[in-house]
Amino acid sequence: MTQSRDIAAGRCEAIALAKAFGDLHSPLTDQQAFNEASRCFYCHDAPCLEACPTSIDIPGFIRRIATGNATGAGRTILDSNIMGATCARVCPVEELCEEVCVRNTGDHKPVTIAQLQRHATDALFEAGMQPYTREAETDKKIAVVGAGPAGLACAHRLARYGHEVTVFEAKPKAGGLNEYGLAAYKMPDNIAQREVDFILSVGGINLETGKALGDELTLDQLRNDYDAVFLGLGLGAVNALGLEGEEVDAIKDAVDYISDLRQADDLMSVAVGRRVIVIGGGNTAIDAAVQAKRLGADEVTLVYRRGPEQMGATGFEQDLAQTNGVVIRHWAKPVAIKGENGSAVEMTFEATQLDGKGRLEGTGATFTLAADQVFKAIGQAFDAAPLQGGAAPEVSGGRIVIDETRRTSLGNVYAGGDCVAGQDLTVSAVEDGKVAAKAMHLELTKGTS
Amino acid sequence: MADLSTEVGGIKSPNPFWLASAPPTDKEYNVVRAFKAGWGGVVWKTLGEAGPPVVNVSSRYGAVHIGEQRIFGLNNIELITDRPLEVNLREIKKVKKDWPDRAMVVSLMVPCEEEAWIKILKEVEDTECDGIELNFGCPHGMSERGMGAAVGQVPEYVEMVTRWCKTHTNMPVLVKLTPNVTSILGPAGAAKAGGGDGVSLINTVNSITSIDLDLMAPTPTVDGKGSHGGYCGPAVKPMALHMCAEIARNAGTAGLPMSAIGGISNWRDAAEFIALGAGTTQVCTAVMHYGFKIVEDMIDGLSDWMDQKGYEKISDFQGLAVPNITDWQNLNMNYEIVAEIEQAKCVKCGLCHIVCEDTSHQAISAERIDGERKYSVIDDECVGCNLCMHVCPENCITMRKVDNGKDYMNWTQDPRNPFSTAAE
Repeated sequence: MTQSRDIAAGRCEAIALAKAFGDLHSPLTDQQAFNEASRCFYCHDAPCLEACPTSIDIPGFIRRIATGNATGAGRTILDSNIMGATCARVCPVEELCEEVCVRNTGDHKPVTIAQLQRHATDALFEAGMQPYTREAETDKKIAVVGAGPAGLACAHRLARYGHEVTVFEAKPKAGGLNEYGLAAYKMPDNIAQREVDFILSVGGINLETGKALGDELTLDQLRNDYDAVFLGLGLGAVNALGLEGEEVDAIKDAVDYISDLRQADDLMSVAVGRRVIVIGGGNTAIDAAVQAKRLGADEVTLVYRRGPEQMGATGFEQDLAQTNGVVIRHWAKPVAIKGENGSAVEMTFEATQLDGKGRLEGTGATFTLAADQVFKAIGQAFDAAPLQGGAAPEVSGGRIVIDETRRTSLGNVYAGGDCVAGQDLTVSAVEDGKVAAKAMHLELTKGTS
Repeated sequence: MADLSTEVGGIKSPNPFWLASAPPTDKEYNVVRAFKAGWGGVVWKTLGEAGPPVVNVSSRYGAVHIGEQRIFGLNNIELITDRPLEVNLREIKKVKKDWPDRAMVVSLMVPCEEEAWIKILKEVEDTECDGIELNFGCPHGMSERGMGAAVGQVPEYVEMVTRWCKTHTNMPVLVKLTPNVTSILGPAGAAKAGGGDGVSLINTVNSITSIDLDLMAPTPTVDGKGSHGGYCGPAVKPMALHMCAEIARNAGTAGLPMSAIGGISNWRDAAEFIALGAGTTQVCTAVMHYGFKIVEDMIDGLSDWMDQKGYEKISDFQGLAVPNITDWQNLNMNYEIVAEIEQAKCVKCGLCHIVCEDTSHQAISAERIDGERKYSVIDDECVGCNLCMHVCPENCITMRKVDNGKDYMNWTQDPRNPFSTAAE
């Protein structure tokens, strides 16, 4: 006996919805920023700087805020990380810079670096400053595939070096996951596009959207037409549960749902189930669960096959889910799906535990949850198919292989971001793009002065 | 509880905490609130002669803030009281009658003419106040009219007016000194020579708190222009301590009763001035920052500290620090200390290292041991300067005495001094 799906848009009043999807953290006032900046010790050999994948001079920018030089602070950030504005909003700082802040020791509270970074980058954007100029134009042309954080960071650096860059993007908009993949309450006020506009405004970057690698655009062709190629392809595939019945319409990939939500003109038009299940333990799972709750779902249950320590989501994200009313059930994996298109589904989960060797095993105990909507967020995968059909860079462990300069096995092809091994973070992607750009520039200008 | 009662220049007070002559003591309403809060005395805001009105401008205050600490220093361009003389006198008399146990001192500033002083002294005597304070200190406004600091900067004038006052009244006379002089000993000695019963110091320091970079004008700004003002608050305490110490340790002025002023914000500050010989202390900026109730902590803080130290009354520790203030040449050249970092408390900010490395003696090493930062003192390079200790935000650096077995030897005895008097 299956129930029909209870899925509807507009479960909340428009005003409540606007509030729920407004800024997760309200921006600091000038006075708050000054007070917080005053807490920074201006450490020598600062641990925060070292913990930042892009090595932002954190004490340097915070000191600038404390002296009333917020635009200088913003510039200091962008010098190391051109996506400092997004990173200020989404970086898992509790596991990076803020985790190692020396004020954790005495005060048990780090300097809120992310909020200060936002304050500084906001100040720079509000001032409408363009801190960067391009060096004399070279005759080098470079193709960047993918307008996500890695690709845009790479393009920006290359443009500054004077090269001419063309960025190919499959989606209608640039920004990658900043635009399509992060919870709306983290990226309000169209910050992703404002940041993209800022990056492109340096000049020398030609953005071509709606062009994906693999169709009329091949790597062979790009290598032929351009002096170098950067691949910032992201993760094109989504892991499946591998269960029968997974294709019913109540079950959807969380990334698609988040993308639809981010692109919706009106959140009142985004449908959400009365009872929602999210499967997974990363930030995508949390983003989907919290947004479902904020859209007005009655019950949102996040089921993860391991415990809180193993979750990819940070402690902050887990707390956020729970304070938003999401029920998190650890140590359970889906084993069966009952339902058909148009109906609610019943998902059966088996309890899990670690065996003596630390491997996950089912205990045999099961429980069943009914849901009007199920979001799968059990990981994404790199899709190497678009690279096939010609000379392709080496792929290992499901990701493109690169050296420390981000060069692939193909001489003039570099790669970075989620499509290479490493932490799948915006900040890491920016670093990849930045490092690759420098290496490409050195390579392309070798022998010239 | 220790006995906090004290006396300065013949003026008795139930505790050493007075409010200085300033805006907080301008009228009955404020002074009664202060007495209710527990203040031992007040110096009523300076009275001028009856007649030409004193008029104030707006704005009047400038301040220096450091980090989240508001009002590290305060500056003002306010003049003496702008209320009618007879109103002030009437209120002073009433408040003194209602609060007989508190010290009521009246600050005065009239032109340098004997008749002007005779006139106001008689009027003030009628209030039955406990004493007067001659305002020879204010560095702004009134000094342009030949009063305040314009008098205080000329020892001959200080002596002359002090003598007039001692001649024409039996009230105890405190002389308030300006710090805007090369040496405080000149005016302090003049106050003594004129027969003054004591001195109050320091009055405010000539200052401009900041320049408004939009207006291109100093602050406080009055319609686009500013004037230097008198600086006070915690920032000036070190200067005040120095000047009090100079008076206390100089043969010509030693023993001159002092009512200390200058950045006193709590019982500890007050105790420091009493240790330099002060009989009472005066507070202004701290109450203008936090209100009158800070005196509660001043009273029980000082009392508890005295109990712990075994001091039963103020005079038990008054002046005890004076013998230890000496000239540099008397310091022990053989005294040796080195910095010691309490590693368990160190948060690894590295400031001790970088300041020593960049600006001092390269005596703190920075290492990575298994990836962990470690900062260590290189004893042989450390000169015991204390810089790292002051810089450390976690207060985990102390200075350890090195037992070098050497006896006391000052610079006059040091063989490295070509003018040494020591036998070779």
